[in-house]
Amino acid sequence: MTLGWIDEWWWPYAFILLAGFATTYPWRALGVYLGGRIRDDAEILVLVRAVATALVAAVIGNLVCFPSGPAAGTTAALRVAAAVAGFAVYFIRGRAVLPGIVVAEAVFVVGFYLGL
Amino acid sequence: MPDEAVLPPPDFAERGHWFLTGAGKAISIPGLILFTAHIGFAGLAREAGMTMGQAVFMVLAIWALPGMVVLLGAVMSGAGLVAAAFAVALSSVRLTPMVVALVPELRGPRTNRLTLYLLAHFIAVTSWVIALQTVRDVPRDLRTSYYFGLGSSLVLVNMVVVWLFYLVAEDLPPVVAAGLFLLTPMYFLTSLWGAAREQAGHMAMVFGLVLGPLLHVFVPGLDLLGAGLIGGGLAYGAHLYQDRRK
Repeated sequence: MTLGWIDEWWWPYAFILLAGFATTYPWRALGVYLGGRIRDDAEILVLVRAVATALVAAVIGNLVCFPSGPAAGTTAALRVAAAVAGFAVYFIRGRAVLPGIVVAEAVFVVGFYLGL
Repeated sequence: MPDEAVLPPPDFAERGHWFLTGAGKAISIPGLILFTAHIGFAGLAREAGMTMGQAVFMVLAIWALPGMVVLLGAVMSGAGLVAAAFAVALSSVRLTPMVVALVPELRGPRTNRLTLYLLAHFIAVTSWVIALQTVRDVPRDLRTSYYFGLGSSLVLVNMVVVWLFYLVAEDLPPVVAAGLFLLTPMYFLTSLWGAAREQAGHMAMVFGLVLGPLLHVFVPGLDLLGAGLIGGGLAYGAHLYQDRRK
């Protein structure tokens, strides 16, 4: 049952609903159910926020280390260096998001042209 | 401050005002960076053989970039429905703790539970981060209106972004196409760090960054979930230890 399994216009949309919506919305609904039972200053939320933060951080780490598409041709060292340089600027400049991103992109583009 | 429970319910104009305030937050630096991340997604969707309509529909139906990227990856590798669904489900477990953290802040004394179940669909990293940073400045009774404006306008704008850039993706020079990939992680990095309320959040971030790729090599498929539970657990342990010493 792949995306091209049934040759009808509606099948890919059904595929996206089943593999994409039916697998994400229930997690959100579960969050509403559980969150409705907790006060917003509850200590347990420190743990919940920590788990959620670590999960998204893992997504970041994977995006940098194992990218798909045209960036897959660059070295992991270049991608990590660009991200670290950008984050350092963000941090030193007092949480300035835009300069951080500009520096990360600049390091990456220079490395890309050097064939790193 | 008066007890919020005795205030009259907000009228339509007040709700409209806060809806638009929330919608305006979509035009912000985090919002702009999310647009660029969707430009990257549009290119990827094209590579995966999705039609424009399917790519735009994915934005609306899934509304979580990691899940969307995972689904494209599964489609590209020729995975069937069950395998694709399983991968997306695993990558989306993280949504539950995010929603749990946000719902107590959105909920007012009069909030209908159905409203929260509808708003939950909009919860993804960008609106979550913006909401955690700003929702405490919004009157409690009007937070759902505010978040509805924020979330729905982000979804709508990014559907348009994917539609437009799907058309031009093929004409991008290679360095631009490659450079787009960095926007999403840089955006997640800076916004997560900024949204962390306590030191445990910063520690959790560092643990997650290291554990994600590490577990990806050793237990692919369980990497995100494992990194979240272990990294978050370790950060919370450190938080408890610090509290006890105070």
